[in-house]
Amino acid sequence: MSSQAAPADLPWVLIVGASSGIGRALAHQWAAEGSRLILAGRDVDDLQRSATDLQIRHSVEVRVVALDVLDYSRHHLFWKECLGIANGSLGGIIVAHGFLPLQADVQSDLDLMRRTIDTNFTSAGALLTLAANELEARRRGFICVLSSVAGDRGRQSNYVYCSAKAGLTAFLQGLRNRLFKSNVTVLTVKPGFVDTGMIWGKPGVFLVAPPECVAADIFRAVRRGRAEIYTPWFWRYIMLVIRCIPEFVFKRMKL
Amino acid sequence: MARPRPMLLAGWGNVLQQRAQVYRPEKLSDSRDIVAANADSATLVARGLGRSYGDASLNDAGAILLNTQLNRFNAFDPATGVVECEAGATFEDLIEVFLPRGYFPPVTPGTKFVTLGGAVAADVHGKNHHRDGSIASFIESFDLLTAASQTLRCSRQENVDAFWATLGGMGLTGIIQSVRLKLRPVETGYVLVDQKKTRNLDQTLAAFIEADQDYAYSVAWIDCLAKGTALGRSVLMRGNHAKAADLPAELSHLPLQPPAKRRGRVPFNFPSFALSPFTVRLFNARYYASHPDGRHISHYEDYFYPLDSIESWNRIYGRRGFYQYQAVFPTQDGDRCLRSLMEKLSDAGSASFLAVLKTMGPASGGILSFPIPGLTLALDLPNAGASTVQLLDELDEVVLKYGGRVYLAKDACMKRESFERMYPDLPKFKQIKANLDPRNRFSSSLARRLGIGAAQ
Repeated sequence: MSSQAAPADLPWVLIVGASSGIGRALAHQWAAEGSRLILAGRDVDDLQRSATDLQIRHSVEVRVVALDVLDYSRHHLFWKECLGIANGSLGGIIVAHGFLPLQADVQSDLDLMRRTIDTNFTSAGALLTLAANELEARRRGFICVLSSVAGDRGRQSNYVYCSAKAGLTAFLQGLRNRLFKSNVTVLTVKPGFVDTGMIWGKPGVFLVAPPECVAADIFRAVRRGRAEIYTPWFWRYIMLVIRCIPEFVFKRMKL
Repeated sequence: MARPRPMLLAGWGNVLQQRAQVYRPEKLSDSRDIVAANADSATLVARGLGRSYGDASLNDAGAILLNTQLNRFNAFDPATGVVECEAGATFEDLIEVFLPRGYFPPVTPGTKFVTLGGAVAADVHGKNHHRDGSIASFIESFDLLTAASQTLRCSRQENVDAFWATLGGMGLTGIIQSVRLKLRPVETGYVLVDQKKTRNLDQTLAAFIEADQDYAYSVAWIDCLAKGTALGRSVLMRGNHAKAADLPAELSHLPLQPPAKRRGRVPFNFPSFALSPFTVRLFNARYYASHPDGRHISHYEDYFYPLDSIESWNRIYGRRGFYQYQAVFPTQDGDRCLRSLMEKLSDAGSASFLAVLKTMGPASGGILSFPIPGLTLALDLPNAGASTVQLLDELDEVVLKYGGRVYLAKDACMKRESFERMYPDLPKFKQIKANLDPRNRFSSSLARRLGIGAAQ
């Protein structure tokens, strides 16, 4: 049991977007495996409730730090605060925040379009830049980022979100390449549909996976130092098929 | 604002399937938004894991707040065993987290897949009701989200009316958001079970009266198809939480962490002939024969949750589903009531297996709570259409004649008049509900069937 390890020796793991459905499942997964956690997000009251729950269930230390990922002026301060809590034993960072509006709304609202790209791509890139510099200097740790199968091909039903996630995937490829020599692993996670508030009530979803299974997949992949995973695994093949459709056919499809 | 998802839902008995717009909040603030936003539209009722058998967690053409994601623990005191959790936390959560620390749910229904919110709403009871009463005895307080989008802390001291209306109130007073209860300290995760067979109803009742107080837990499986001199033959399974010293050597090194049980599942609905009177008779004869008298140590899962090891066990009743019937009637004349019920069942040749009999202790004080002192009988009846409803109606008449009542968490077809006679405090409930929810926003299919809304 986690409580048997000396709490002071446990590594700290930072989860950005910890109150998202997947963020919550990831927090449980990492806490159960014996990590101390820093939960970051906007809704501090809700995160504090999650922190108390994690402490009671898993007997590990959990801290909450407020973060609005779109408030770039706070990123440096936020990062300093996290490093202060971890006090030299930051094991890794998980970036799990995301924003999935309806495509129809994004098309008619330029602010919403920018917010979609900013939240899913720009803000993640900014936070990862800070994290990468730190971990690179220490020469250890992991970076785990939730991209999406949506980033594999732009579709009319979702293409602003798709493009942000595609950008994120490319960002992570480069980052992985850069940090390889520093012994820092970078995992790109491409989840399919996961049973969280993000897709609850959305029409046209299928093969919906429980967040606990996705979290377990992600934990295993981080532990093994994998570069990229699809979760559940079969999405690799679904996306392979979707990527293989020639553009002259694809542009006529209703995807 | 959370989107709803249109879903076709059923109770655990699968008899009724109804459509509703289902919201599934992930934060407490989502629940407040849903209640506030829905203010002028459809009625709303909370649902947990959908283990009520009939229509208590259905809301035909209305809205449902599926409260399964809000399952966090808010506080735990290892010295007293007092725990506070969000309403979606389950008995399984309680056991998984606190049994290794020496605590067990103080009262547990027959499945651990029940949320604490559901447990409060149905004021659930367990095999220790004769001694400890229902879950109400251990509830210190709960938070109730009302129609006005306010959160009321309800306890025996604060918002007292709302407290007693919500315990057993089937979710009709608001959305239960969190529950504070006191767990039971235990030394092990095992039960020391004394098993005893009886040959007829007199023996069964005598055994209950004679020895019930020696056991924390007491329940009898009763053979509903036995007739004549064997009518009421039973297997009594009575037990106490095992002490560490009771465990054999092979179990004693981890007394609070019994080995995990494997779970199977019923993959599809069984065809209707699978549960005919003939197969049930075979099953009952075998069950009776295979449970000898004696004492043994039982894993808590095997004693409290025998059916939890089979996921979707309700599918063995096939596509048409089944009715679960549970009634309680006063001990005085209890044998006559029971005999009368058994004869009706026997005459109807209705196949019920795993019918369960137990004694109940004092009522909790919940205004619509089910338990009253006496004997309770619970049984499953495969849905054969109108004839089953007719039979249940006849059973209701017998129960009424003897001053008993039917459990709302199990009911799917009781008549409004029967319900009103069984629950004489209903006007008081309606009055409190009218104060909390003047526009009758919280309603369910059960509430409309039985007329538990605003005062008509």
